[in-house]
Amino acid sequence: MASATTSTAAPARPAAARRERSRTVPGWVWALPPVAVLGLVFLYPLGLVVQESLAPGAYASVFASASFRDALLTTVWLALGATVGCLVLGFVLALIVAFVPFPGAKAVSRFIDVFLSFPSFLITLALLFVYGTVGMANGLWTGATGAAEGPFHFLTTPWGVLLAEITYFTPFVMRPLLAAFSQLDTAQLEVASSLGARPARIVRRVILPEALPALAAGGSLVLVMCLNEFGIVLFTGAKGVTTLPMLVYSKAILESDYAAACVVAVVNVAISVGLYGLYRVVSKRAGA
Amino acid sequence: MTSGIRFDAVSVAYGDTTVLDALTLTVEPGEVMALLGPSGSGKTTALRTVAGFVRPRSGRVHIGDRDVTDLPPYKRGIGMVVQQYALFPHLRVDENVAFGLKARKHPRAEIPGRVAEALEMTGMAAYARRHPRELSGGQQQRVAIARALAIRPDVLLLDEPLSALDAQLRSGMLAELARLHRELPDVSILYVTHDQVEALTLADRIAVMDRARLQDCGTPQELYRRPRTEFTASFVGNANLLPVRVTAGGAELAGTALELPTDGAAPGSSATLCVRPHLVGLGAGPNALTGRIAEVQWRGATHRLYVDVGGHRVKADVRELRETPPLGSEVTLHFAPEDAVLLAAGVNDG
Repeated sequence: MASATTSTAAPARPAAARRERSRTVPGWVWALPPVAVLGLVFLYPLGLVVQESLAPGAYASVFASASFRDALLTTVWLALGATVGCLVLGFVLALIVAFVPFPGAKAVSRFIDVFLSFPSFLITLALLFVYGTVGMANGLWTGATGAAEGPFHFLTTPWGVLLAEITYFTPFVMRPLLAAFSQLDTAQLEVASSLGARPARIVRRVILPEALPALAAGGSLVLVMCLNEFGIVLFTGAKGVTTLPMLVYSKAILESDYAAACVVAVVNVAISVGLYGLYRVVSKRAGA
Repeated sequence: MTSGIRFDAVSVAYGDTTVLDALTLTVEPGEVMALLGPSGSGKTTALRTVAGFVRPRSGRVHIGDRDVTDLPPYKRGIGMVVQQYALFPHLRVDENVAFGLKARKHPRAEIPGRVAEALEMTGMAAYARRHPRELSGGQQQRVAIARALAIRPDVLLLDEPLSALDAQLRSGMLAELARLHRELPDVSILYVTHDQVEALTLADRIAVMDRARLQDCGTPQELYRRPRTEFTASFVGNANLLPVRVTAGGAELAGTALELPTDGAAPGSSATLCVRPHLVGLGAGPNALTGRIAEVQWRGATHRLYVDVGGHRVKADVRELRETPPLGSEVTLHFAPEDAVLLAAGVNDG
């Protein structure tokens, strides 16, 4: 009996010992390597940015400057405008794709997924081809009228940036909306109709309330992304359209004023993180 | 405006597939008409043509004296209840019931009273402030019915309204629906179901559908006792259908002469004998058939016997037996002549 016990216990000992050793290592130790890597490549540089921004008088100087206030204002109104535009356009387009039967609706839905992976400058580039100074629209106009230049110059104004942002970010609203619409029981729409509700009332009283969480989630995401958008503003070449990310770029790269660039960056990060927190809360409520 | 529904040769097709074939049927004002049939028989399509969700390829649909074929659903003045209730989840029970009244722009002052009346009628007054998610399936179905009734429709469309409920709730809701119809005798009801018990219990008349066509139509008693087609006999009550040859005094089944009313069928012609399992007795009697037990099923109050008679399987539902006959043993079955119906061959083609 004793020998049997010995023979069975012997091979189990190393495994048990390993388990025992692993138990003695606190769990937080295993978190150290990823935290160290994260700290080195992200948190440390971020810390440096914050530290640089704390240079004496940096915040006061930046907050007092008209360029910062203009950039903040431009960033906010562009982001809000683009978000509202995306919400309206995205809702209408998602309604059509989801509820109006037409050939290719599924293909459109799949294309939206692909669209999300496109880089933002690509859309701006495409708009430049169409509405740019030497784009198709102006080319057609000058060809037809013999005029020296075409009438479309809005692409280099804030409206051009707004159009580009709405074009690029609308699918980010459509995606959660289409997911929400796919969950909607179409019998609700039919019953509403049989009860005497016209399409507009059905959209307002049945579909929209069901879509609100998805709209909020998509809208929050777009707002955050618009606040940080750099590529679209840069590619449109819009003179006088300076957003916070553009201001960081010009302060740091063109003026070598790192303290001011870091202050603007910290403000941008604070706004983004705050809105991201809001997005998470809304997403959680929407179950997205 | 009068109620009632009329289908005039209504056909619906998707591409080359006909899902409703020249349906001609009238639901009288105040009548409960059940559309009974298996899946894919066209019964729900027929209901959806009345609601306006399906456009007929040909034919016309009338509600009362109005041709509604080209009207959108919101102009048809119908109440509708569907299988999964389709309550609006973001609205409270009273808001759900008020939905149709608001959509039809009823005077605001009247709406609370009408909502209360509909909820009272369906026994849901105590739940007015709750949301649908806080209700059981049966309660949600009552709210769906209250919502449909609140607009005081001339026509009520019920699409498998009890399918999502368990057997006990379904039985209770059947009684509720029957009571509601007694309280609203002017409302015409089109009731789609695949459940013969629901149809037999509730309907004034039943339209039996199969393969996109109307197979039979009549009162529940007529369809049960005197089915016109093999499909009706089989689908409503699962009757025995046995091939026979008509004789001068009745019919002949596997060499056994049977005495039954031939209703003018020509002697020598082929026909199908229809007799309900519960009308087949065990033991000697009129129209005795001898065969061997193939299977015995205990069903609580009854036993179902499957007996092979001359190569044909005969079902008999008999009162619970103290001793079940062993498989393969010889037994005699019988049925009364007046309990049998002869169906002419080919009548099932619709």
